[in-house]
Formats: sequence, C-alpha cells, structure tokens
Amino acid sequence: MITVESIPSLNRMFRFQWEQAQDSYVLLYPEGMIQLNGPAGEILALVDGERSVDAITRALESKFPDAEGIGGDVLEFLADAQQQRWITL
Amino acid sequence: MSSSSCNGSPSLNPVPTHGQPLWLLAELTYKCPLQCPYCANPLDFANRSSELSTAEWLKVFEEGRKLGAVQLGFSGGEPLVRQDLVELIKGARELGYYSNLITSGVGLNERKVEAFREAGLDHIQVSFQAADESVNNMLAGSQKAFEQKLKMAREVKAQGYPMVLNFVTHRHNIDQIDRIIELCVELEADYVELATCQYYGWAYENRENLLPTRAQLERAERITNEYRAKLAAEGNPIKLIFVTPDYYEERPKGCMNGWGQVFLTVTPDGTALPCHSAKMLPIEFPNVREHALDHIWNESFGFNHFRGYEWMKEPCRSCDDKEKDFGGCRCQAYMMTGDATNADPVCSKSEHHHLITDARMAAENQTAESEMLFRNERNSRVFFKG
Repeated sequence: MITVESIPSLNRMFRFQWEQAQDSYVLLYPEGMIQLNGPAGEILALVDGERSVDAITRALESKFPDAEGIGGDVLEFLADAQQQRWITL
Repeated sequence: MSSSSCNGSPSLNPVPTHGQPLWLLAELTYKCPLQCPYCANPLDFANRSSELSTAEWLKVFEEGRKLGAVQLGFSGGEPLVRQDLVELIKGARELGYYSNLITSGVGLNERKVEAFREAGLDHIQVSFQAADESVNNMLAGSQKAFEQKLKMAREVKAQGYPMVLNFVTHRHNIDQIDRIIELCVELEADYVELATCQYYGWAYENRENLLPTRAQLERAERITNEYRAKLAAEGNPIKLIFVTPDYYEERPKGCMNGWGQVFLTVTPDGTALPCHSAKMLPIEFPNVREHALDHIWNESFGFNHFRGYEWMKEPCRSCDDKEKDFGGCRCQAYMMTGDATNADPVCSKSEHHHLITDARMAAENQTAESEMLFRNERNSRVFFKG
C-alpha cells in the first residue's frame, strides 16, 4: 500500500523519456509506447528511487505554484502507476 | 480525409493524411542459420543486392528519428549475423530510440548479451519454434537450436532485460500451447507472443501444412485464457498475447494500422516498405540509398499509394468499416486475387472469400502430410529463377 512516505522507483521494464515528436513524456517498453499526459509526465519525471511521495509533491508545488494541495492527486496517480507496474516501491 | 487548402477549393492531388513512422524495422540481413518454413522474408531473398553499410544504417536511423520514430527493431534474417551490431545499437541509443533485438538466439552468447546491454540495447525478443526439442529443431532445421534458445533466454533475464518470447503457432505445435506457456513462465518471460503464422511468403507456400483447424484454434485460445486467469491470480505479471490467424475471421484486420501510417521497414538492400511483405506488390518502392527518409515517408509514390480511400473499389469504397480495417491487407488481396486494390478476401463481402473458406476446409480435411518447403538459399533460388 502506497503512502506519502513511500519511495517509488521506475520499473526497469520501462524506459521514461521526453519525446519531442509527441510533445510529451512517454514510457517505452518492448515494441510499445505509453504517451503520458502533462501531470502524469511531471510526476514520473520526479520518480528517481530517492524522493518520497511527499517530496515529489513538494517539488511539484514549488515548480507549479498554482498547483496547491495536489498531494491527494499525486498519491492517487502513483497508486495507479504501481498497479500498472510502471513503478515499484 | 484529404488535406485542406487555404482558399477552400479542392486541390487536384490531395495527399491523404498520415501519421509518423513511430516504428522503424531494420531488416539488417537476410542471412540466417535457421530455415523456418513460415519465414516472413521474401521467397526470392537469395536474389538481393548488397546489404547497407554501417554508415548507411546510421543515417537511416538519424533520419527516422527526425520523423518521430521511437521504436527501432533490429531484425532479419538473423540480425546477429551482422558484425557491426554493437555499433548500430550504440548509434540507436544515442539518438534516443528504444531498441529491440528480434533474434532466434542462435549465434548469441553471454558476452554479446552483455556487450549489447552496455551499448544501450533495451529489449531482446527470442523466437522459439516449439516447446518440444524435437519439433523445435525439425521446424528450425537445426539440431542444436532448442538448447541454445533456452540457454540464451535465461541469460537475457539474468542480465536484466525485459524479455519477449515469440512462438509462431501452427497445426504442428498449437496443441502443445499449455506446454509452451509453462515453458515461458519457467523462463520468466515478461511478454509472450503466441502468434499464429501470417500466410505470406514461405508460410503461404506451406499453408496446407501450417493452418490449424478451427477446433485447434478455439482450444488453444481457451487454454490461453485459463492460464491468463490462473497466472493473474498468482500475481504473475507475465502478459500472454494471443494472435489468431485472419483466416478464421469474417472481417479483415486493419493491416499495419493503415498503409504508411505507423510502420516503416527497411530491407537489407535499403528498400523502404510500409510493411515487410509489401515487396511482393507490383509497386515501385523507394530506396534509402537514393532518397532521404523524409521524402520516402511523405512524398514517395510507394508510400502514398494506398493511403486514404480513393484507391478503393467496391465493396470497400462504400463500406462502413473502411476507416477501421482499410479494406484489410493489400498483400493478401494481391497474392490471392491478383489485384492489390481488391478487398482482402478474408472479408465475407469479398467475391473472393471462397479462397479463404476453401483453405479452412482443406485444414479440416487434411490427412496425409506433404513435404514442407524450408526457407534456405537453395529453395529461394528456385523462386527467382522462376
């Protein structure tokens, strides 16, 4: 169960990168690609196996000052990402 | 679907809209130590001029990346035959591709698996012919293939790659689908492609020997579904991908997601194709030695030929499904009806649909096995001497 203290890492079965041609972040896997929407990409860009969910939220709030109180959304997205196996804890 | 023009009047030759070549398949060579009788390479592969050089391939990769390509497949033949594979992998990685090595595993060893990883290879797909050593080796035309494949699949996982195992299924191995799946679970595959033969090239020549019956197919699909449920309940993340042959459909497949929409294949001699079978069509296709990929993808006659819907005849032209299936596969239409603008005969609306139902019937009634035609240089020369 993911909490604000959890420290997520990208699943090494996926590669995460900025894709100019799609104008978005993507997750690449064998013979496939998941195009991420803006918020999803910004969150995963901060997943590095060192930051906690809480630290990711704070980093986002300082990068996007208008996005206050997004902790719940970040947690919800990462729980979903864990279920999709994009990240591990 | 035609392009708009600024004054609102229709242009004379609208270029149908098309996407980016997200998938670049590099068929590095037609050389292969195996002889699978369902190989996707052209029948006359032995009659081909020189292979692209390292520098020529790297140029293709660079031009492809600029067009938006992100997935790069190293295929063949057997791509391991190319001595410059590490260099090509490195080039692909520097350009930002996700690179896939599609191999039989024959010619692979621990050192190469490691060197490829260091060069930046993302994924290795190992193909098997069967889950049973003797059937595998009979189909591959090699006595040592199976053992080598097992060893290499284990090595690929040990070195941390995502692994896809590919089993081409047909009437000789589809009844062992449970053993195939068990083997894939044991080898810790991440994805398993249980893909029935696509009946082009060598597989078309051997269709009678390969096409399963409907009962065989339904049983295999049911067992696959049972395994999916069982493995998911155990928390096993393995993904089983089951591909049925279009011969048992009533509507054709949306082949390649549409002509020249997503895929770009480059053959060993530099011919650029919208799919790896298209070389059989009586259409002139451009070569990367003569044209930049941008021109090839956006402007060439070959790539624009079946884009849009203008080329269609009935029953496709007025069909509600045309935007979903694009009239099916152009190669299948050409191969079976002699006219690439016809509806794919898989479609029950096609006047040629009996060609498909006849093949189903033949699969049902087949008793004696005829000789398989193996994919090798000697047999290939027969086709171009023709």
